[in-house]
Amino acid sequence: MKLSRREFLELSGKSVLAMLALSLPKKLLAMPEEMAKFDWEDYYWGYGIDIEKCIGCGKCVKACKVENNVPDEPFFFRTWIERYVERKDDKIEVDSPNGGKDGFPELKNKKDIKKSFFVPKICNHCEHPPCVQVCPVGATYKTKDGVVLVDPDYCIGCRYCIQACPYGARFLHPEKRVAEKCTLCYHRITKGLRPMCVEACPTGTRIFGNLKDNNSIINKFLKTKKINVLKQHLGTKPKAYYAGMDKEVR
Amino acid sequence: MSEISLMLSKIMPFIQGFIYPNDIELHWGILIVLYPYITGLVAGAFILASLARVFNVSEVKATYRLSLLTAFAFLSTATLPLLGHLGHPERALEILFTPKLESAMAMFGFVYAWYLMAVLCLEIWFDYRKDIVLRSANEKGLKKIFYTVLTLGSKNISSEALALDEKIGRVITIIGIPSAFMLHGYVGFIFGSVKANPWWNTTLMPIIFLMSAMVSGIAMVMLVYMVTQWLRKKAVDMPCVDTIRLYLFNIFLVDFALEMLDLIHRIYAAEESFDVLSILMKGNLFWTQFVGQILVGTIVPLALLALTFLFKTSPSIRKSFYFVSAILTLAGIFFMRWNVVIGGQLFSKSFLGFTTYKLNLIGIEAYAAIAIAILPFVILSALIYILPPWEKE
Repeated sequence: MKLSRREFLELSGKSVLAMLALSLPKKLLAMPEEMAKFDWEDYYWGYGIDIEKCIGCGKCVKACKVENNVPDEPFFFRTWIERYVERKDDKIEVDSPNGGKDGFPELKNKKDIKKSFFVPKICNHCEHPPCVQVCPVGATYKTKDGVVLVDPDYCIGCRYCIQACPYGARFLHPEKRVAEKCTLCYHRITKGLRPMCVEACPTGTRIFGNLKDNNSIINKFLKTKKINVLKQHLGTKPKAYYAGMDKEVR
Repeated sequence: MSEISLMLSKIMPFIQGFIYPNDIELHWGILIVLYPYITGLVAGAFILASLARVFNVSEVKATYRLSLLTAFAFLSTATLPLLGHLGHPERALEILFTPKLESAMAMFGFVYAWYLMAVLCLEIWFDYRKDIVLRSANEKGLKKIFYTVLTLGSKNISSEALALDEKIGRVITIIGIPSAFMLHGYVGFIFGSVKANPWWNTTLMPIIFLMSAMVSGIAMVMLVYMVTQWLRKKAVDMPCVDTIRLYLFNIFLVDFALEMLDLIHRIYAAEESFDVLSILMKGNLFWTQFVGQILVGTIVPLALLALTFLFKTSPSIRKSFYFVSAILTLAGIFFMRWNVVIGGQLFSKSFLGFTTYKLNLIGIEAYAAIAIAILPFVILSALIYILPPWEKE
């Protein structure tokens, strides 16, 4: 084969470019150390919520909606914030305007307030998830590292899982017509990153980590705080752990 | 904004108290109300048929075949409301092909298929085999071909063969009774096993569903029988309807007692969910539960039926009482299904507030429901035309 100088240069240039292109992704998209050796047997994820720290700013809700393409309307949330207000006459008022995404309006009759606090909510990734139990086709399932997920290509949209979830953590995606819920940002945590809501929280209310690792932040949280879970009597064994939760919280 | 979001924003002004944001959408609507209603009619109609076949209640023989055809007509439409409600109806068969056995709902396909194919189709075929063979011989043209196909090649109608048919039919009915119980008790279990929902979560649910199924099915066959006799300008067989009334009344009493037991238990135990449920019953469900289901749909028909026992009445008065009680009973059981399915979703799982269900907002779903409610009667008319149930009279 005889090459002209022009062809030779062109071919060399292309080869160099191709080689660069092949090596680039490795360099540019290099996963953190943890991803390279991610083995779900090594992890069991837990989620902590320190109620005393939450200021109801809504950054977590916003971050979740953006990160996970959650429909923007106020009926679909993978995570949301509730505000509890206990009046002096023991009356409880709860609100969550737009899931707390844009913060909360100022309270009325402040003098009557006994106490008030914010409660972030999320899928509890239960150890005994009733949603997984009822799914007729196995489209919703628990991963080995303890995350409850939905396979959108398999879900038939019967909504039985939505009915079975005691925490209101699921919704039917209005366009995809399948059940949707928090995945703990599974696409991030398997790369060694934290869920987006945890990342976005400015006060450290939301804590996330590996329950199998004794020194993880979640285990420190569980060791140092008095912990409660939502609707314990239902036996679902939630893995969203709350510190400082009032008895009025449902 | 999607259609659902538009609908939900119209619902927003009707929300009371605090509701989990994902609970605002009421997920199982009128179609899922129809589903237990229709399967209930199937189970009830079949039980009435089995009275004649297995328990030898000779008085109700006149409605035997009609009961079977009614059960078949409703069963053939029972999957439609479910299908119509799925987010992905095209994936519906996954329930049969890749079921998850742990799920109560996954069993539906099998229970349904078993009941339709192994029980109803077989029983109807064996019972009509002689008629089908005779018609395949006597009819002409397309009809002849149709009935010949229906014989499935089995043209022996000797007395031995017919005696065998009778035997097999009886065995199928005996298998069919627990199957009918399973079909509808199972539908009750789908709701009763949802521990997240205190309005549904009761062990009594399957048995209440079963009893109310028998009530509605018996009332439906009684109504269909009286209407068809009137259309055919034939006299109503009074001993037959009197006997049906007896069964309807007794089973209805048991059903009502169980429902009241459930209600009293809830009030007495007054568990965590009691506050929200009592607001639900006094408010959102007052008209459909206390007025529709309990008063008009249960107490009035029971009282009307009781009157026919207590006082000697002429056949024409009895007939009109039965007719009215059957209609009210059917309405009452419909309200019962409504109160279970819709009622169970009106309150938030936060137990702190209520959403609402507006039929006028759901548009196409309401039209689909009407079509699905009418379809069984169209199918029944066709079945009566193809396989007239009266020839044994």
